[in-house]
Amino acid sequence: MTVATRTIQVDILARVEGEGALTLVLDGDEVVEAKLKLFEPPRLFEAMMCGRACTEAPDITARICGICPVAYQMSSTHAVEDALGIRVDGALRELRRLLYCGEWIESHTLHMVMLHAPDFLGLPDAMALAKLHPERVRGSLRVKQAGNAIVAAVGGREIHPVNVKIGGFYRAPRRAELEALLPELRAARDEADAMIDWLATLAFPEFARDYELVSLRHATEYPMNEGRLVSTKGLDIDVREFGQHIEEHQVPYSTALHARIIGRGAYQAGPLARFVLNADRLTPRAAAAAARVGLDPSCRNPYRMILVRGVETLVAFDEAIRIIEGYAPPPAASVPVTMRAGVGHAVTEAPRGILYHRYEIDDAGIVRHAQIAPPTSQNQRGIEEDLLAMGPVLAGMPLDQATRRAEHAIRNYDPCISCSTHFLTLAFERRG
Amino acid sequence: MSAAPRPRPKLAVWKFASCDGCQLSLLDCEDELLAVAEAVDIASFAEATSHFEPGPYDLSLVEGSITTPHDAERIREIRAQSRTLITIGACATAGGIQALRNYRDHAQMMAMVYARPDYISTLATSTGIAQHVAVDFELRGCPIDKRQLLEVISAYLHGRKPNVQRHSTCIECKMRGTVCVMVAGGQPCLGPVTHAGCGALCPSYARGCFGCFGPSDAPQLAPLVERMVALGTTRPQVSRLLSTFNVTAFRGKDDRGD
Repeated sequence: MTVATRTIQVDILARVEGEGALTLVLDGDEVVEAKLKLFEPPRLFEAMMCGRACTEAPDITARICGICPVAYQMSSTHAVEDALGIRVDGALRELRRLLYCGEWIESHTLHMVMLHAPDFLGLPDAMALAKLHPERVRGSLRVKQAGNAIVAAVGGREIHPVNVKIGGFYRAPRRAELEALLPELRAARDEADAMIDWLATLAFPEFARDYELVSLRHATEYPMNEGRLVSTKGLDIDVREFGQHIEEHQVPYSTALHARIIGRGAYQAGPLARFVLNADRLTPRAAAAAARVGLDPSCRNPYRMILVRGVETLVAFDEAIRIIEGYAPPPAASVPVTMRAGVGHAVTEAPRGILYHRYEIDDAGIVRHAQIAPPTSQNQRGIEEDLLAMGPVLAGMPLDQATRRAEHAIRNYDPCISCSTHFLTLAFERRG
Repeated sequence: MSAAPRPRPKLAVWKFASCDGCQLSLLDCEDELLAVAEAVDIASFAEATSHFEPGPYDLSLVEGSITTPHDAERIREIRAQSRTLITIGACATAGGIQALRNYRDHAQMMAMVYARPDYISTLATSTGIAQHVAVDFELRGCPIDKRQLLEVISAYLHGRKPNVQRHSTCIECKMRGTVCVMVAGGQPCLGPVTHAGCGALCPSYARGCFGCFGPSDAPQLAPLVERMVALGTTRPQVSRLLSTFNVTAFRGKDDRGD
């Protein structure tokens, strides 16, 4: 095969967390391969966890991602508790959901307005956006601040909270501490409702694919910490069976492992998957907002995920307010923890999608094996397939425009690349 | 006055091996963010903007540790372009949690995570920025405290020294009036040997300090270790407590080894 490759180095994928590059291989005008290279330096958390006490998992694995530390704390605690045979219920379970609501609000709002909305308007960043729409940006900062206030109240601080432990919390918040948040949360929820209507005025590129969408599904709730793992193509499993249905594999060009459903291939996790599979679990206000902006479970356009994040932000506000209004402090801040040997699994819904943790623990409570499958890593192959499908459009664009479009498409997934990218270098390789 | 307005100082934010949490602290300054963006020219901040200007830069904030040959080169280029360089957080200051590899078999750790470690170019160590280039100020914490970050940015923009306390977390805790989790509760606590900055957060949540801000100026590690052991904490537990986000810094203060 004679292959004459032309490589054009371009700019950077900003407004994503981490570093990345994209190579599109063209044969004539046809894009035959898309390789999203994540070269975030590996930090080897799964290896670092070996030999550590299982009780250290929430504090250590939180450091995988400063944007979604609560997700790591929730998946790790639930997986360790699964191994130890511990069940956390009542007010402690509600406090965990409240903490997650805070992270969904701050992470989603950061992404919607500060990182992703500028793409739709051809702007470099939120500072430029603030010049055009100062009230929108200030309003969204108040929404984000409200999310951070929840995380700080329950977790102690916004980034890498200190209050989460195996069995519950170190200290349960007092009722007055949480009630003090209510006026700010109610005002921020109104801002968030208005934010969705503004986001709905953006121009969404036409694009759709026949995705296999994967998320948790819970008997009664919009899923966060619990549920079965389900998909739009018939997956319906206990999270403990994750490894029997989903495999991770390494590709030569990325430090993040790819994932696929055995026998079928790539899948997508994240807000669109959650919404499509759980639209009947939305709160009334969130369902009304979805209907208002024309979102329904038939949606397969990833560009519209920014609207889904808005809808989920409302779910998180409604749930946070409900939990606080009904909160009575638990009799103890945590349930007793006794060490025993075992294997534990958990999947929770990080803002970016399902986050799987699995730990093997010995009878002294020391971790002997750890597996962590972050959402961005699971979404990687699906993002490549999106870019492959956009190949003809991208190949017809000038390089700078193609780079911006590719970045915009990648950002649909809010990729957190320190968990598995900010710099995108786009290269076209031409086979002649 | 006929003088031209002074150009706004050029601020750059750089990332190495890290979780992005410390630079997120800047975006988390919701009340001050737009004011900071007015006061400085954000010339490079990939987490927040696609806008990029080449150097030189007046102030570079560096997050993350050096773990690859490429990054060891990149930090030299950034230093050469930066009038003032400040590290933000435990990774950039002490190598971070990923410096646990410095005390283990790195090849074996890579093999535990990757089927083909040979696809990936990494160093066997994770090191702080000051091990590679001159650093003007190190801001501690895992993560940093956003109030301290605003103080440091403001101080350097005005040409003064940052007002960042160097005493221990224990003193912050006493100032706050929290009941001692070690004396009254028998819990292990690194507060007496940990650098101030968080406001003694953990004891206010009824848990001992676990050293996010690294060692304080003159930490008396040995007597604290003996006290924790006397209270029933095992030596392996103490060793693990000192071996997290600032493992290299605490080991440097601990001449007993492990």
